[in-house]
Amino acid sequence: MTPAAVLLALCYLLAAVLFILCLRGLSGPESARRGLFLGELGMLIAVVGTLLHKDIIRYDWILAGLVLGSTIGVGISAWIPMTKMPERIALSHSFGGLASALVGVAEYMREVEHLTPFKMGALGFETFLGFLTFTGSIMAFGKLSGVVRGAPVTWKGQNFINVGLFFSALVAIGFLVVHREASHVFFAVAGSGLALGVLAVLPIGGADMPVVISLLNSYAGLAACATGFALSSQILIISGALDGSSGLLLSLLMSKAMNRSFANVLFGAFGQAPEAPASSENAADARPFNEATVEDAAAVLKAAQSVIVIPGYGMAVSQAQHAVRDLAAALEKRGTDVKYAIHPVAGRMPGHMNVLLAEANVSYDKLFDLDAINDDFGHTDAVLVVGANDVVNPAAKNNASSPIFGMPVFNVEQARSVLVLKRSMKAGFSGVENELFYQPNTMMVLGDAKKTLLALVSEVRE
Amino acid sequence: MMSDWVFNLYIFVLATFVGYQVISRVPPLLHTPLMSGTNAISGISLVASLLAAGTNHLLSELLGFVAVTCATINVVGGFLITDRMLRMFQKKPSTSPVKSAASHAGAGS
Repeated sequence: MTPAAVLLALCYLLAAVLFILCLRGLSGPESARRGLFLGELGMLIAVVGTLLHKDIIRYDWILAGLVLGSTIGVGISAWIPMTKMPERIALSHSFGGLASALVGVAEYMREVEHLTPFKMGALGFETFLGFLTFTGSIMAFGKLSGVVRGAPVTWKGQNFINVGLFFSALVAIGFLVVHREASHVFFAVAGSGLALGVLAVLPIGGADMPVVISLLNSYAGLAACATGFALSSQILIISGALDGSSGLLLSLLMSKAMNRSFANVLFGAFGQAPEAPASSENAADARPFNEATVEDAAAVLKAAQSVIVIPGYGMAVSQAQHAVRDLAAALEKRGTDVKYAIHPVAGRMPGHMNVLLAEANVSYDKLFDLDAINDDFGHTDAVLVVGANDVVNPAAKNNASSPIFGMPVFNVEQARSVLVLKRSMKAGFSGVENELFYQPNTMMVLGDAKKTLLALVSEVRE
Repeated sequence: MMSDWVFNLYIFVLATFVGYQVISRVPPLLHTPLMSGTNAISGISLVASLLAAGTNHLLSELLGFVAVTCATINVVGGFLITDRMLRMFQKKPSTSPVKSAASHAGAGS
């Protein structure tokens, strides 16, 4: 190794250590920003070190890419509203996947005569996983932003086709290891990655997006890892492994929070329940429930000593987080104790609700996880459900035939009274009937959550 | 002497293990910043993209250029948005300010 190469390797080692420290900083909100700074420093060291690398002959394309990328990067990050965060994250996974995939293609086109079997295999995986992450994330983005229909799209033999596509790609990569010059096979692998990304995300419904986003995060990391193996670059392997294990851990946590196995999320097409929506809508029309006016709801809140707020995706949709905070502040001014209960899968990505409430200036020591708060409902006067549905559905506990049976949910029904802010009485996205809405101590306040909350704020302040 | 790929496999397995240990300590509160932060870190594929873009092979340059752009978006955008989020996670005094006309305007944007 030349001294310059040793120096570069040491730069990468330092960067890897800084990346790990960066993630360690995220173990608490106080240390997180300092940790992130270490991560940025590591990235700077790695990039500057690489730019001085002897293999780089010309800088014009590099400079153009860096400038263009920075501009777009700042553009989609500096001003994007926090409610759009799931879309933003999905989009960045697609960029990560595309970058890995294109590097794989470039490497193959340039080096095809000199590829060792191992390197060929790694390039195959890199390209396949990269393109799969790319189109899969684009699909997730489309579903989250409403461009693609959010409901699961299913057809006969779907799983068979997807699994078949996956294994034929593996076989093709194996073939390439032996016959590296078969470029049409290489492009077939790339094409099957692109196709599988679309096909695999199509059948997955909006409520399962937290798992899908985490899983795509993991794939993007694995693609970077494969790049590292192909180029024998340890920094890529380490960073890719960090990203991959983070995504894997998050997907496991999300699946657990829904009491569903990985396989079930990937192949189950949750929320499909073909016969359920029709019947439940009829039932909803017929069944009596307590519809409350804003005044009634305000009276309940004013009388309460303790209130727990349960936010859900509906809060994000109507951008009601600031109104929620205002209501909490108005109640606290009256001496009411207000806490927030955050379910791991509330919203469309891990931590979605936490970010929105943090944006609205809610102190993080008032946000409680499922396990931390679930015993408190029994001695709570009022629960305010803002656009959450499945996470407060008692059917998860007592109806074995419900699709969400077994999912850990909040013990909302134990509270003295429950206020539910909801757009209408129609069954939620998953099409699962929610018994909570028909209980005698539940009051339904129908309408846009933000408008209702603002009206409640002025009522409570009086 | 170990061959390259065995050595790299060691690195991969150990890094995955470290990653799993470190990340399992991240509280659910910070799961979104974790995701955007690891995304920025995996933008390290920028390093590989730079090598692809800096060669004298036209196709590799072009693909490398797109890859550099994509990876830079993730690095710059990822760190920026993670920092933006982390700045919001703060412990506030128990009586949070009630006036918030400005933040409502912000929510609508």
